[in-house]
Amino acid sequence: MSDALDPHAAVATTAGGVATGRLTTADGRPLSRALARSQMRARRRAFLLVLPLLAFILITFVVPIGQMLQRSFHNDGFSRNMPQISAWFAENPRGTDPDEAAWAALAADLTAAAEARTIGVVGTRINYDVPGTRSLFTATGRQVRGGIEPPFREALLEINEAWSSPRLWNAMRVASSPYTVNFYLASMDRTRAEDGSIQKVPPQQQVYGMLFMRTFWLSLLITGLTFLLGFPIAHLLATLPMRKSNLLMILVLLPFWTSLLVRTTSWMVLLQQQGVINDILVWMGVIGGSQRLQMIYNQTGTIIAMTHILLPFMILPLYSVMRTINPSYVRAARSLGATSWTAFRRVYFPQTLPGLGAGALLVFILAVGYYITPALVGGSSGQLISNMIAMHMTDTLNWSMAAALAALLLAAVLILYWVYDRMVGIDNLKLG
Amino acid sequence: MKFVKQTMVLSTALGVLGTAAAAQEVNVVSWGGAYEISQVEAYNKPFTEATGIRVNMIAADNPATPLKAQVEARNVTGDVFDVEVSDAIRLCDEGALVEIDPAILPPAPDGTPAVEDFIDGALMDCAVANIFWGTVIAYDTTKFEGEAPSTAADFFDLEKFPGKRGLPKNPKRTLYLALIADGVPADEIYDKLGSEEGVAQAFAKLDTIKRDVVWWEAGAQPVQLLADGEVVMATGYNGRFFDAIVGEGKPFEIIWDGQYMDLDMFVIPKDSPNPEAAIEYLKFATDTQRLADQARYIAYGPARKSSAALVGLYQDGETEMAPHMPTNPDYLTTAVMDDPEFWADHDAELTERFNSWLAAN
Repeated sequence: MSDALDPHAAVATTAGGVATGRLTTADGRPLSRALARSQMRARRRAFLLVLPLLAFILITFVVPIGQMLQRSFHNDGFSRNMPQISAWFAENPRGTDPDEAAWAALAADLTAAAEARTIGVVGTRINYDVPGTRSLFTATGRQVRGGIEPPFREALLEINEAWSSPRLWNAMRVASSPYTVNFYLASMDRTRAEDGSIQKVPPQQQVYGMLFMRTFWLSLLITGLTFLLGFPIAHLLATLPMRKSNLLMILVLLPFWTSLLVRTTSWMVLLQQQGVINDILVWMGVIGGSQRLQMIYNQTGTIIAMTHILLPFMILPLYSVMRTINPSYVRAARSLGATSWTAFRRVYFPQTLPGLGAGALLVFILAVGYYITPALVGGSSGQLISNMIAMHMTDTLNWSMAAALAALLLAAVLILYWVYDRMVGIDNLKLG
Repeated sequence: MKFVKQTMVLSTALGVLGTAAAAQEVNVVSWGGAYEISQVEAYNKPFTEATGIRVNMIAADNPATPLKAQVEARNVTGDVFDVEVSDAIRLCDEGALVEIDPAILPPAPDGTPAVEDFIDGALMDCAVANIFWGTVIAYDTTKFEGEAPSTAADFFDLEKFPGKRGLPKNPKRTLYLALIADGVPADEIYDKLGSEEGVAQAFAKLDTIKRDVVWWEAGAQPVQLLADGEVVMATGYNGRFFDAIVGEGKPFEIIWDGQYMDLDMFVIPKDSPNPEAAIEYLKFATDTQRLADQARYIAYGPARKSSAALVGLYQDGETEMAPHMPTNPDYLTTAVMDDPEFWADHDAELTERFNSWLAAN
């Protein structure tokens, strides 16, 4: 480091009484600017050190997730492959009846899309909004592939009357812009009516709102259960002599290190109707052979298996906090006349809160996004919203819908995180 | 589990491709399990022997999923994919597949051109069918003393035949069965399902057994559920049940009433790494002899008429395959054939409704 940039040099200079007005370095530059420059250099070096990590996170995490989330509001399946009719929609405001120019544009686009074999993409996009129209596009596409004669309106209507449906034209208008909120509407059990207004879907189609509620309710319940089960264990671990507590610790960590699938399938073996627990109950005569309990492939199965799998995430932060609690506080409280319950409630428990907060947040956030366990043991009543996301990713291949659901889930978790921060304070967390 | 498995499959596939030498090869993505073994034995081994092209077999829960992912990511690693009809049509309409001229396919041994030799619907713009397969009901014979179930209606009769039922967790292979059991003729199923009353009728029928259904997702599950005694009756893929009955000697019986028939199609994605080898493989695997050979290893019906006469015994050398084929004329009277156009239009809508129905307690 050169003298000019060394702040100590400046101090020495001023101390020597050479400069009078403001502080400068040996070569006469203002001290504050020299300091800023030297700090800037240090900061730049620090930044260079974290640059690889930053690039890694950006490339492997932010960009893919961003691209995926972009699909939730950006779907150019229609607008890209049907440019002429999209242009017509852009020129004519909502409410304009399609004129012959519109029909001509539609016919030209259909012909082009059929020849380029993109008509399926177009149909799929409209089918999301108006079920049952995919084949209208593909079948019409097959017929117009060789070209189509004017008048286009009559020609298209002759192929299929459904082309005159106002609902279809509304859906095409909406889809003519690559940006849409329809997937978010669908994720909230909403749809657009024929006039474009937003309304609830019929009750027998509603599913996502209820699943979001169930996901959050079950996650809360599981967080509560892990607390009830984990708190005494963590306390025991923290207060037993080292040798015994290490042994117990292994019992906590062993399942933690075991594959998730192995643990979930073990629960299947234990809980199923012809499984170990039912066999024992029948053998002991508690229940008859025909009254075997249904403990899996329903909500009960999801709750039991997820509570077990997430338990270590509650125990470990609690344990690390409890280890640091000085036992003399409780002793002091007892010697001052507190009952053991009061001493626990007023002195011990409040000190475990940072660990409890960390554990609860970990368990809750993990539970909200849980997928494999409910898929395997949840049956139909134990499915969570993540199973719906997976279904749209792998079965219906409607990635825009999956992205919209995932974005809503992410937003809900962020809101909860914010509420938690306001109520408890993130700084109080102690993760271990 | 499905996702984990697929990720594993994909990463293994990538690993395999990464290390593969420049020698001629073709990557085939199929469904795994007993079905994959039948393809390896009937197609791949003789193909490599005849042409020297190595075949890499890659398993997926549904090969259409990695195909769509690879095309979207513009990084196609598979050459030939084995997909369902509805996926073949959809992917073809979306421009993801190479068009296949049926004239290049080998004719039947007696010289009948391929176009006439394949069963109707087995040849499409971008796809060539290899086998027919059925979704059928199977039951555990040890669970029913006296009268045994024999029809789709019995599947829904909890009083006469008490016990849990196994059903796939999708609308496609459940709603039709409910309607068949309710007395709707097989050829009116899609008309019914296209109408609000028909769908309501199907769900109402499903409601009668909803509390006693264990839902499955992967093809191996119904066989496992039956073997564990977790259900007494389940619907599943006829080849898998055949494998359990003949191959493993399980006490199951198949009910052919109300079977759901599907075709499996070979497709080639655009920009596949080995397009020529892919075409060669497709021509070889769908010729008369190969399709007939496959029936030696699994109970799925060949898509060529000329193969039927060549179907003989199972690989154990004693089981006659004809009574186990979904294409057996005796089983076709109440069979419902997959209607890809219907499902392309209504799958999303009915899946949503099905999920809503499932989730409501």
